[in-house]
Amino acid sequence: MNRVFVPGDALAVSVGADEVAAALRALCPGVEIVRNGSRGMAWLEPLIEVETDGGRIGYGPVDLTDLPELLSSGMMAGVAHKLRVGRPEEVPFLARQTRITFARCGVIDPISFDAYRAAGGLVGLQRALAMLPGELIAELSDSGLRGRGGAGFPTGIKWRTVQQAPADQKYIVCNADEGDSGTFADRMVMEGDPFLLIEGMVIAGITVGATRGYVYLRSEYPHAISMMNRAVVVAENEGLLGPAVLGSGHSFSIEIRVGAGAYVCGEETSLLDSLEGKRGQVRAKPPLPAIEGLFGKPTVVNNVLSLAAVPDIFAKGAAAYKALGVGRSRGTMPVQLAGNIARGGLFEVPFGITLGELVMDVGGGTATGRPVRAVQVGGPLGAYFPPALFDTPFDYEAFAARDGLIGHGGVVVFDDTVDMARMARFAMEFCAVESCGKCTPCRIGSTRGVEVLDRIIAGDASQMPLLEDLCETMKFGSLCALGGFTPYPVMSAVRHFREDFVRPLSMAAE
Amino acid sequence: MQQGGMDTELEARIGALIAPYLGLEGPAMPMLHAIQATFGFVPEAAVPVVAQALNQSRAEIHGLISFYHDFRHAPAGRTVVKLCRAEACQSRGADRIADHARRRLGISWHETTADGAVTLEPIFCLGLCAAAPCAMINERSVARLDIGRLDSLLDAAA
Repeated sequence: MNRVFVPGDALAVSVGADEVAAALRALCPGVEIVRNGSRGMAWLEPLIEVETDGGRIGYGPVDLTDLPELLSSGMMAGVAHKLRVGRPEEVPFLARQTRITFARCGVIDPISFDAYRAAGGLVGLQRALAMLPGELIAELSDSGLRGRGGAGFPTGIKWRTVQQAPADQKYIVCNADEGDSGTFADRMVMEGDPFLLIEGMVIAGITVGATRGYVYLRSEYPHAISMMNRAVVVAENEGLLGPAVLGSGHSFSIEIRVGAGAYVCGEETSLLDSLEGKRGQVRAKPPLPAIEGLFGKPTVVNNVLSLAAVPDIFAKGAAAYKALGVGRSRGTMPVQLAGNIARGGLFEVPFGITLGELVMDVGGGTATGRPVRAVQVGGPLGAYFPPALFDTPFDYEAFAARDGLIGHGGVVVFDDTVDMARMARFAMEFCAVESCGKCTPCRIGSTRGVEVLDRIIAGDASQMPLLEDLCETMKFGSLCALGGFTPYPVMSAVRHFREDFVRPLSMAAE
Repeated sequence: MQQGGMDTELEARIGALIAPYLGLEGPAMPMLHAIQATFGFVPEAAVPVVAQALNQSRAEIHGLISFYHDFRHAPAGRTVVKLCRAEACQSRGADRIADHARRRLGISWHETTADGAVTLEPIFCLGLCAAAPCAMINERSVARLDIGRLDSLLDAAA
């Protein structure tokens, strides 16, 4: 009998995929059900796919109550139905993408090592194992890969620094503390293609001479934690991890560590302190983690998406990766379309696509059908953009030039019911809740920011200069991006939506 | 005396619980997670046990526990309802859902209903932002939440 794919991805499960899989098992005993990752088309989840002679045919979103009728009308043969979406890769949302990091996500059984290998896995590592240390760095540097966590630092330079630092022990630390609202690409990689991340970490290890790796994974991601732990065991059994990586002379091990609900631990130095068993407080830099990182040893700290981009760069060569993108933003960016959007999900695309194309053409505007008023790009520390700036290309420098950032690639859409003064207040409140407390501009400034915004919201426009002054202090005086970037959402809201801050007292009182 | 006996017993139990982690690099967080997974919170008695195991002061361990939002100092209600309050969920009406939950339960954030049934907590992002608003009910995540759905989940928790 044909196989049926029912995603085990956290989003699919959160909208009923487990119940659908269980019912399918009861109604069709003997059918092989594969719990794949998600294709990243959130509005179609749970998206069931049935293997047919004409390829995989998708149906979604499938509710438990739809299942008996779907089956009786011939779903297993791929016949027409109002929920039939056809071949998933032909859905425009997927057809428009350039999937490199997400090539296998949603396609294969994520925990099957054979499936990973059959779909092109391990090719990059095998090539890397035959290369010299200098060649490895050159390949990565030539690709133009920049850190996907948000800072956009050239990955090749970071790795070379660690490679050249003499030490008895070096570490690869994967930052999987994906705390930005509107982002879920790391989660999807870990749940949908975990061996990709493991392969990327192994390549990093052999390149810089590190033998130990840690994945710092946030506690809010129980599905990803479970999948990564299972995948590490499989990788050990298959010889991808262990004293002789794929039979080579390299040793590499990985341990999954779970965070405890502190947003600031997504900042690399507080992450390292947390891994060491301390309060997740930010460290002053220098020294850079590449020189003195985990337990004082040279450490590569990279985001999930940075490490997950590495195997393909080594499999197909740096030139192929660098050929994509614009300016100094090379390769693809897994953009995450979220919030009030008709077609949300994971959209991997070469840098250069405009914000307007992403929100309107790909995402279809708001889910509520109301006009788009604001779009926050780059998480809680990212700027709010009005539709007037929809011509901004997705590119590190282009966003910086408009006082924004692309961060980890999250795009959160708001319709015209949003109150931007309240969103600015939330940014300050979030910073106050999550501040590690080490530096004053962040710890005190954020609380003062909430108070000032409360007065502004109450109608006291005379407080506006104070707010701007406070944002300047936080931006330039904070130790890390939490306090330093909170002014981005606040000041962008002030700049582009001033009418929400300065309004007649009679209105404010309502 | 009896109180002391119970503490000793509890301390011995915690000591046994954290022993497997002593060989790890930086074992403190895995230890605290193990303690919370067993007891549902981190008992005060754990502080000296962990401190001694790691050769740190009680103040350091207390500081560690209090830094992280996840670690509880007291048991939670039978059902823990975590409502996402982050931006993506706000764009789809998370504030209305939160207001409804607080009104219906008669409690605010971080509080537990008098009958011990439900604890209400904020959470900042479950990574389900393309199907907002979202919540985590005990270990189960729920997306595309609306007030009707929340009510039926709360009914089940009562």
